Amino acid sequence: MSTAQTISKSAAAIDKARAEGRAALIAYLPAGYPSVEESIAAGIAAARNGADLIEIGIPYSDPVMDGQVIQAATTEALAKGFRVSQVFDVVAGITSKTDAAVLVMTYWNPVIRMGVDEFSRRLSEAGGAGLITPDLIPDEAAEWLEASDKYGLDRVFLVAPSSTTERMQRTVDASRGFVYAVSIMGVTGARSSVSSAAKDVVAAAHAAGAERVCVGLGVSNAGQVREIAAYAEGVIVGTALVKTLGDGGVDGVAALTKDLSTGLARETGLAGEEA
Amino acid sequence: MADAPSGNADNNAAEAFLQGGSLKHAPGPYFGSYGGRWMPESLIAALDELEETFDKAKDDPDFRAQIADLNKNYSGRPSLLTEAKRFSEHAGGVRIFLKREDLNHTGSHKINNVLGQALLAKRMGKTRVIAETGAGQHGVASATAAALMGLECVVYMGAEDCRRQALNVARMELLGATVIPVTSGSQTLKDAINDALRDWVANVHNTHYLLGTAAGAHPFPAMVRYFHEVIGEEARAQILDQAGRLPDAVCACIGGGSNAIGIFHGFLDDPSVKIYGFEAGGDGVDTGRHAATITLGKPGVLHGARSYLMQDDDGQTIESHSISAGLDYPGVGPEHSYLSDIGRVSYEPITDAEAMEAFRLLCRTEGIIPAIESSHALAGAIKVGQRLADEASAAGETAEDKIVIVNLSGRGDKDVATAAEWFDLLDKNSAESEIGKEGEQL
Ligand SMILES: Cc1ncc(COP(=O)(O)O)c(C=O)c1O
Repeated sequence: MSTAQTISKSAAAIDKARAEGRAALIAYLPAGYPSVEESIAAGIAAARNGADLIEIGIPYSDPVMDGQVIQAATTEALAKGFRVSQVFDVVAGITSKTDAAVLVMTYWNPVIRMGVDEFSRRLSEAGGAGLITPDLIPDEAAEWLEASDKYGLDRVFLVAPSSTTERMQRTVDASRGFVYAVSIMGVTGARSSVSSAAKDVVAAAHAAGAERVCVGLGVSNAGQVREIAAYAEGVIVGTALVKTLGDGGVDGVAALTKDLSTGLARETGLAGEEA
Repeated sequence: MADAPSGNADNNAAEAFLQGGSLKHAPGPYFGSYGGRWMPESLIAALDELEETFDKAKDDPDFRAQIADLNKNYSGRPSLLTEAKRFSEHAGGVRIFLKREDLNHTGSHKINNVLGQALLAKRMGKTRVIAETGAGQHGVASATAAALMGLECVVYMGAEDCRRQALNVARMELLGATVIPVTSGSQTLKDAINDALRDWVANVHNTHYLLGTAAGAHPFPAMVRYFHEVIGEEARAQILDQAGRLPDAVCACIGGGSNAIGIFHGFLDDPSVKIYGFEAGGDGVDTGRHAATITLGKPGVLHGARSYLMQDDDGQTIESHSISAGLDYPGVGPEHSYLSDIGRVSYEPITDAEAMEAFRLLCRTEGIIPAIESSHALAGAIKVGQRLADEASAAGETAEDKIVIVNLSGRGDKDVATAAEWFDLLDKNSAESEIGKEGEQL
């Protein structure tokens, strides 16, 4: 993992959780859903109720890695007139009120359209930690590698159960902050159980030298958080929070985050031996 | 893959071409600064597997023999090259030849690609293919190839298109495919591709994504072109045989760009041949309701490749509009973006009205009902023919000395209801009239 001279906000947040004997909780929320103000309020609520990192998604017309719940939320945000530059308001709104590291999750075309350098500069000015890029692989990321170095931003690439050893190495090497381990072959969406593939992906990322690996896709309750916390440095929850935000508003997000965070503690001695 | 090359690569390639280099068989992943793999990591292993399988198959005499056999004995290739003498009179009097992809089994060029990819799916041990479709042409072709080769087939199709294209849905189902209506996003072709990609991520262990055009992530653009190169190779040999020389111009319509790149390929390295791609101009390029991606789009990434793209200032994809469902796509294959930038191919828009006029003309002058997609190429050929005729008279030559080849990518049976509605041929109370109002293509 590239540590460069940059101080990684995401790494710091994950390390703080580790020092407390637990995994970090990463809460995904889409910018502009159900409104820009409420997405800020939801991010703050998540951060104050146990989320160490907040991942703010940019609504996009063609979200190929998202399942129906997140698609519906981001489509609604776009229909209400969400503009990409508002993501910086959301990031600043959360970083100004909490200590959470705030990353942006974005498909790549909106970044290209604004200009990779310009986007990075504005994200950094808003206090953002970096980017999670579901459809950008390191092979295509030359511009982003440069801009993220220039502005001290984390670059979180994804690794998957299908990643070869060679690609795993390449991706881990290109990442900064943490590596996003996709738990299953599929898109975002709540699932009743965590796939056994998740643990293998995390092990492979660790073997490639990743110090911080966070698991996402399909995690929706404290039991699943507990399972993953035993072998990964962080747990990412998206769909369940987005659904709760739609049904129960910001208070619902606060309550669910609090509940999810009860699963973070590492049961000493049992780590890595869950049934 | 190498790091994305800079724009200089384009100039270098243009230079190289002018100095006698070749533009043929461009292997990808990049075409100048276009192409690549802007895809989720989850799918990269599958793309690698496909690339490797394709590379091996290309050099395998058995595979080539299988393709040649299917082309000849199943699709009915070689397709004819037909001189359109009466139609030519409306194109400045130049000689116009039609490459008759409409005569292939299933009625369009699409069969070339689906047979090739279905064979590759079998080589990879995949038992299931998925496909996207707009009007249903590629869906029908995919269902056909799947039936022939004993593969399970699932086709994603916008919910609205399913309703408008009820007969094509039935056709796919008759062929044993399952059609899944897509209700996400704008519920159009691009969303059908999104849902197919989501399916692929989840089922890649047993599933091949049979993409229908020369777009998408590497190796799709180069691979789909490979399966369509036969169009250009045949056309080149046929025109040399029938006219004794190369054409002055070659014309094709551009949806994602597969029929076009297939015929263009045969002539890319012949500098005397001018090449034209005709995009869907819809209601007109100044109305915002069109699919003129290269004419008006800006480079961006969608569905795995960097290419020209219809997008707003935020990089959100803009919905396209065309009377022709097969051209109604806001993206375009990366090789076309490159050929446009280096100036080898000219891309121009053709409006719905121009296309429909050319549609009517071909019906009346040649007894051939063309697909509305292909009618865009015919309308473009009329313009090119008139320009060539002007050039000829300025040079003291006659128009008949000029030769234009048009890729007639498909037949228009599917478009009869749309055309009947356009030309107001239907009894107002007929069921067809109701369907036609919705843009149905039977
Ligand atoms: C007859 C016909 N021509 C052309 C096209 C456009 O596709 P492409 O640009 O890939 O050739 C289609 C697509 O459905 C078609 O059915």
